[in-house]
Amino acid sequence: MTSTSTAPTLILGARPYGEEPTDILLAEGRILAMGEQARGHAQDLEKVHELDAAGLLALPGMVDLHTHLREPGREDAETVETGSRAAAKGGFTAVHAMANSSPVADTAGVVEQVHRLGRDSGWTEVYPVGAVTVGLAGEKLAELGAMAESSAQVRMFSDDGMCVHNPVLMRRALEYVKTVDGFIAQHAQEPLLTEGAQMNEGDVSAVLGLPGWPAVAEESIIARDVLLAQHVGSRLHICHVSTAGSVEIIRWAKQRGIDVTAEVTPHHLLLTDELVRGYDPVYKVNPPLRTAADVEALRHGLADGTIDVIGTDHAPHPTQAKECEWSAAAMGMTGLETALPVVIKTMIATGLMDWRRFAEVTSEAPARIYRHSQQGRPLQPGEPANLILVDAESTQTVDPGGHASKGRNSPFRGMQLPGSVRATFLHGHPVVLDGALNSPLKQSQAQRKVTS
Amino acid sequence: MRHLLSTADLSRTEALSILDTAEEMAAVSTREVKKLPTLRGRTVVNLFFEDSTRTRISFEAAAKRLSADVMNFSAKGSSVSKGESLKDTVQTLEAIGADAIVMRHWASGAAAQLAASDWTDCAVINAGDGTHEHPTQALLDALTLRRGWTAARGEDPRGADLAGMRVLIVGDILHSRVARSNIWLLRTLGAEVGLVAPATLLPVGVQKWPVSVFYSLDEALASGPAGGPDAVMMLRVQAERMGGAYFPTAAEYTRRWGLTDDRLAQLENHRTAAGAQPMILHPGPMNRGVEISAAAADSPMNQVLDQVSHGVSVRMAVLHLLLSSSERNTA
Amino acid sequence: MTRSPETSHVMSASDMDRALTRIAHEIVESHRGIEGLLLLGIPRRGTILARRLGERLARIDPGFDPEQSTGSLDITLYRDDLRAHGARTPEPTKIPGAGIDGATVVLVDDVLYSGRTVRAALDALQALGRPAVVRLAVLVDRGHRELPIRSDHVGKNLPTSREERVSVLLDEVDGVPREEEAVVIQRHAATSSPPATGSPAAGGGC
Ligand SMILES: [Zn+2]
Repeated sequence: MTSTSTAPTLILGARPYGEEPTDILLAEGRILAMGEQARGHAQDLEKVHELDAAGLLALPGMVDLHTHLREPGREDAETVETGSRAAAKGGFTAVHAMANSSPVADTAGVVEQVHRLGRDSGWTEVYPVGAVTVGLAGEKLAELGAMAESSAQVRMFSDDGMCVHNPVLMRRALEYVKTVDGFIAQHAQEPLLTEGAQMNEGDVSAVLGLPGWPAVAEESIIARDVLLAQHVGSRLHICHVSTAGSVEIIRWAKQRGIDVTAEVTPHHLLLTDELVRGYDPVYKVNPPLRTAADVEALRHGLADGTIDVIGTDHAPHPTQAKECEWSAAAMGMTGLETALPVVIKTMIATGLMDWRRFAEVTSEAPARIYRHSQQGRPLQPGEPANLILVDAESTQTVDPGGHASKGRNSPFRGMQLPGSVRATFLHGHPVVLDGALNSPLKQSQAQRKVTS
Repeated sequence: MRHLLSTADLSRTEALSILDTAEEMAAVSTREVKKLPTLRGRTVVNLFFEDSTRTRISFEAAAKRLSADVMNFSAKGSSVSKGESLKDTVQTLEAIGADAIVMRHWASGAAAQLAASDWTDCAVINAGDGTHEHPTQALLDALTLRRGWTAARGEDPRGADLAGMRVLIVGDILHSRVARSNIWLLRTLGAEVGLVAPATLLPVGVQKWPVSVFYSLDEALASGPAGGPDAVMMLRVQAERMGGAYFPTAAEYTRRWGLTDDRLAQLENHRTAAGAQPMILHPGPMNRGVEISAAAADSPMNQVLDQVSHGVSVRMAVLHLLLSSSERNTA
Repeated sequence: MTRSPETSHVMSASDMDRALTRIAHEIVESHRGIEGLLLLGIPRRGTILARRLGERLARIDPGFDPEQSTGSLDITLYRDDLRAHGARTPEPTKIPGAGIDGATVVLVDDVLYSGRTVRAALDALQALGRPAVVRLAVLVDRGHRELPIRSDHVGKNLPTSREERVSVLLDEVDGVPREEEAVVIQRHAATSSPPATGSPAAGGGC
């Protein structure tokens, strides 16, 4: 399906899902062979590039359901090109670009533009997310059908950054996306309970004198929406779950058979509101950093399947948006290039999760939620060659200055984190090699058919 | 001590050092020559992102009595969206040659950010940041309380703390930087603190503070081993803005949480363990008829004018201690 | 590199006693009596020495009332070298009785060195009023003056180098027993510490 000028690659001695070492032959965008047969098949091919992967893990390319690429409108913060580079370096073979660009991705025109920019970049697959309501204003449904039928074939709709708080509108949106086999990704935040909110409401906000963002503002919306989804029989995805109470509500909903999936960000798995004490706006994010008890509940929720996926909520901002008073600062953190190390630190190193589950939450589950056919596939012969090689033993100190993203607002700055992405293959093409950007996947525009 | 950002950062020794220094500063104001040469050649900038003539004048008087040069910079309305950033403003002041920046800001944490940044090496004095803290107000309140507390016992205020004193803080605790600064400082000095407010004006998380909490002012006024407080601090309440949201009406607020004539009479009749009348404090400006009755505002028990003069002494002490140690590592 | 200092005693408790007694006599002689005499010690050790001098003056002339004629004069807020020395909580200034106008003020300090403390004391006095005469009494004069200031009454002249440190150890301040009070010199063989006083601090505005 994909014809590229990419030479075949023979990966030597990588450990799929951290298991027994094996050879993997990539050609024509697919995994051609594995194990004993890989070397044999390679002899039949010309110009095979051999890659020594001894000690490295092979994992399916990661899929991010929650990325802010800022283009169109805020190209000073990020562009599809720079965000795609960051994604490739971080090990993502597909990202989903949230709709809060300027103009908002609420028409077929804008989603097609973002989709085309992503394809032209060639570092990762870029799927635009469509807005649920016109201008994210929460008043009128956007043209969901037109976006679904556009060349971008949008299936995921979200007003992320804003909550679809009107219960009737949310009900209608859930119902309407059934007609295009789509789903709604809700940013759960009751707006009246969070007016002017600056950080998690609790012990720390009380001392710091910053207006609080109470957990109940998230939990009440999730409770309402799972019941709505059950009532109308629709698919609901909850973005960036951040509280212990939310985990409990989602667990309850899943037990009732409600078709809900949930996402957690790497930063909510590691950081707490204690970091706000110095008023450094790099820790300002929405939903806010919560307490250690919330972090613990999120980790266990992710381990036991209550939470389905990791979503980065990668939110780059220009320096001046963070170099100011806390209450004037923008919300959000970069995340694409630190997601894998943070998940290793919080979930693998703690023994809460094995590599099979890692592949599930970073790749297979998000792909399944979007109904991708070429992403999140098992590492098996015949499957698309979207995979990464990971050095899980190494440790890096996070230096945002070295990131491919334009954003320097990483809350992990200076932290020592385990694991690094050594190579990323996008349809068999090494977009990242030796931990550095290699070259984008170039293909003619007509050739890519991204969803089935 | 390099900056004064929060009373939570002050040790008992540091707090007493400021108060003792302030006592000497107060003594100077009674001398023939009220001016001290201490900060000759140093420049103090009052950087106010929010109007507060009272606080600015107090700092200005303090700096001038210490012979510092004073510059007033009003940056009201300035914000990242509208104009110059805090960073640019501060770097400008640095270039002008400021030694200390006294900053009033609408954003909680602005002073802490400034002190932590590499935008300036100046000593930073927090003159009120958002709804976070107002440390010099708490210090002047403590100076006032300590004067009264020791006078009732015939003791020298120097070196004394407030151990055993019982202070009620009444009103909008949630939005009050004065309350936060006072709570930490009073606790450091050994006083017991009771907060009195409608539950809507207490922060979530107050349960973990080292204070007792009362929803009823009458109950609070009758509490404690002496059957009443040693001091009552009334906070300003913006009844017009809050009525209907945080409490039903101004009238209901006054009835339940105001220092009314009846409650004033109760305080007048109360005697502390040392046999004195309790003190009434208010950070000003007072809303007569809302949180405090006219009679309570004018009562001899009310320390509000002493508070103003103590404000200058405390700010002189802070400027002296910060600016004369600004090039030393505190040993 | 700083080596641990060697310490040597240059005055014992009884030496100090004798010196104070001699100074008390000198003061009475030079002032021709005790009328209008006011002893002001510079905190903290000067205050204690002034009190001890006052006790001796009362023994020489019972008309001298130490309560009414000794006090203390804090100079912290008048120093010009705070940047080099760092902030100190000021000690109380206590001026007894009728104040300093027209009085013969004897400033009392433990060690006379650069003269900057005395200069600050003169400024502090000026802010309090106008004495008729100001004199200076010190327990030790170690030299190295940076200002045209001299002492009228000296317990001991002590030639020192700038690298040395002279300390007067007193019961009330240092907690040594009265009979072990002393004046000691500490010598630093090689020192990286700045001069004890004097040169204006480097650096300038922050
Ligand atoms: Zn969101």
